[in-house]
Amino acid sequence: MGHHRAAALKLENVRKAYRSGDDEIVAVDRATLEIGNAEIVALVGPSGSGKTTLLSISGGLLSPSDGRVLVAGDDISGYDPKQLTKFRRENVGFVFQSVNLVPFLTARENLLVVADFSRRDKKKSAARADQLLDELGLEQRKANLPAQLSGGERQRVAVGRAFMNEPDLVLIDEPTSALDTRLGEQVMELIVTEVRARNTAAVIVTHDQRMTHHADRTLYITDGVLSDAPRT
Amino acid sequence: MKVALLELRRRPWRFAPAVIALVLLTVLLLVLGGLLDGLYNGFTGALRAQPGELLAYAADARLSMLRSRIDAATVAEAERAPGVAQVGGLGTALLGATVPGQATQANVALFGYQLAPRGVPAPPSQAGQVYADTSLKAQGVKKGQTLFLGPKRYPVSIVGWVSGTNFLLQGGLWGNVDTWREVLASARPDLMLAAGTYQVLTISTAAGADPTRVAAAIDIATRGTTHTVMRSLAVAALPGIKQQRSTFNAIIDTTFFVAALVVALFFILLTIERMEMYAVFKAVGASSAQLFGQVVLQAVTIAVLSFGLGALLALAVSSVIPPQVPLQLSAGRAIEVAVGLVVMSTLGSVLSLRRVVRIDPATAIS
Repeated sequence: MGHHRAAALKLENVRKAYRSGDDEIVAVDRATLEIGNAEIVALVGPSGSGKTTLLSISGGLLSPSDGRVLVAGDDISGYDPKQLTKFRRENVGFVFQSVNLVPFLTARENLLVVADFSRRDKKKSAARADQLLDELGLEQRKANLPAQLSGGERQRVAVGRAFMNEPDLVLIDEPTSALDTRLGEQVMELIVTEVRARNTAAVIVTHDQRMTHHADRTLYITDGVLSDAPRT
Repeated sequence: MKVALLELRRRPWRFAPAVIALVLLTVLLLVLGGLLDGLYNGFTGALRAQPGELLAYAADARLSMLRSRIDAATVAEAERAPGVAQVGGLGTALLGATVPGQATQANVALFGYQLAPRGVPAPPSQAGQVYADTSLKAQGVKKGQTLFLGPKRYPVSIVGWVSGTNFLLQGGLWGNVDTWREVLASARPDLMLAAGTYQVLTISTAAGADPTRVAAAIDIATRGTTHTVMRSLAVAALPGIKQQRSTFNAIIDTTFFVAALVVALFFILLTIERMEMYAVFKAVGASSAQLFGQVVLQAVTIAVLSFGLGALLALAVSSVIPPQVPLQLSAGRAIEVAVGLVVMSTLGSVLSLRRVVRIDPATAIS
């Protein structure tokens, strides 16, 4: 991208509303925030608060109804679906709530599939996948299918996949929702270590306040309204 | 790395229903096509093998070889028509043949010919000698054997084999015109033909001549006593040929349609099952075209694989079908079925396109 001085993510008055008959449902209401490079932000809120919508808008999965979204300096607010696909392919890494690995692909192939869609150089992609898996402690598990991996190992593969395209921004959705506290802590530590090691910005969506200490900053969202402190 | 092919390799059971259905449809298509080809060739082989582009019938015969008679004077008039290069007389008699050692008679079509059909040697020099179509082997006919034709048991000896020369599903026997006349006279004395009279003329045109103009010129030269047509028209005019082809082709076309439907339904269900996976792929940057390409690749691979298995099964089926059934499996028909299956599978998979395009990548995260 070459916009290393720009904020990794900048939202300006972002609003997302849906129509339901004659009513308008506001999922995100005039959200403004700026996340610096290598900054990790936790986004906390109850179910239905708009945190997933905000994450989706930040990652180019949804377009805002109003406002501007800038990722590494590029305004993606007006991108059409084709441009958004390219944007996601090149600039964003996702770690999904349910891990969502492809069950018939090995750990290594689950990383390579991202490069495959980008039509990146095969040799370089293979080297990057190997390097990521080695760093994630999965050097012995590369050829294993997701069903042969433990929950933690699967989560690590998902993290590796998010970094495969060397993203400017990593978006992590509820990484600990299906894990007990101890494993949740381990996964969060792993994610934070990996994000910091790559000097990448990250937004971690969670409803679990106990996990926020891993982030540099915590933001709260309730009824679509973003704030620095929890609303009482 | 082709995700579609990896899935096929690692989860073959997932595709088994579609493969089984397509294998069975392939067998059906090959057997139906083989029966159509066998019937068509068995009915028309003798006419299609004729060396001339044109066939002349008596005008009142309505393109029936059995009804047609052309006398020597008419033959001479046809020979003089502009654009004619060569004229040969042709006659046939449909008979039962007693085969030594066989309990049942073989149905044969004995031909007397002057111009050698394609794949048939020049007429035997001696009366009573014939070349036999290889299809008669199934009825116990052997080279060197003497067959006895018709109620008067006229003897003919087999001096060699020819193939693809049957007529109206009767095994072709090819002798000189004297043999044909004698057999006809022995079997049907009432139909005895004068010397120089034939049933049909097979006519080659001069180089560069337009066959349709030559045909018209012949009919003018014979003062309208002949009806000269292109060989293909003569073949199509054989009784039941058009109906036979249209019936079989309708069944074959319907089977291809069913194949497309099978693939369409299978991949629509598979796409519904894969919504979550495709949403993740889209979220990480896969385009709808890339995902649809995966669906088409799987459909084509399944079609090719099913064709291979189906062709083997069809060969096994054909080996147990009695030789009297006119089943003829050919490479041409196999290629047609293979291409048809691939095309119909591709078309079938296209029905998944709308669903693939409509998958919202945001559902991967919500």
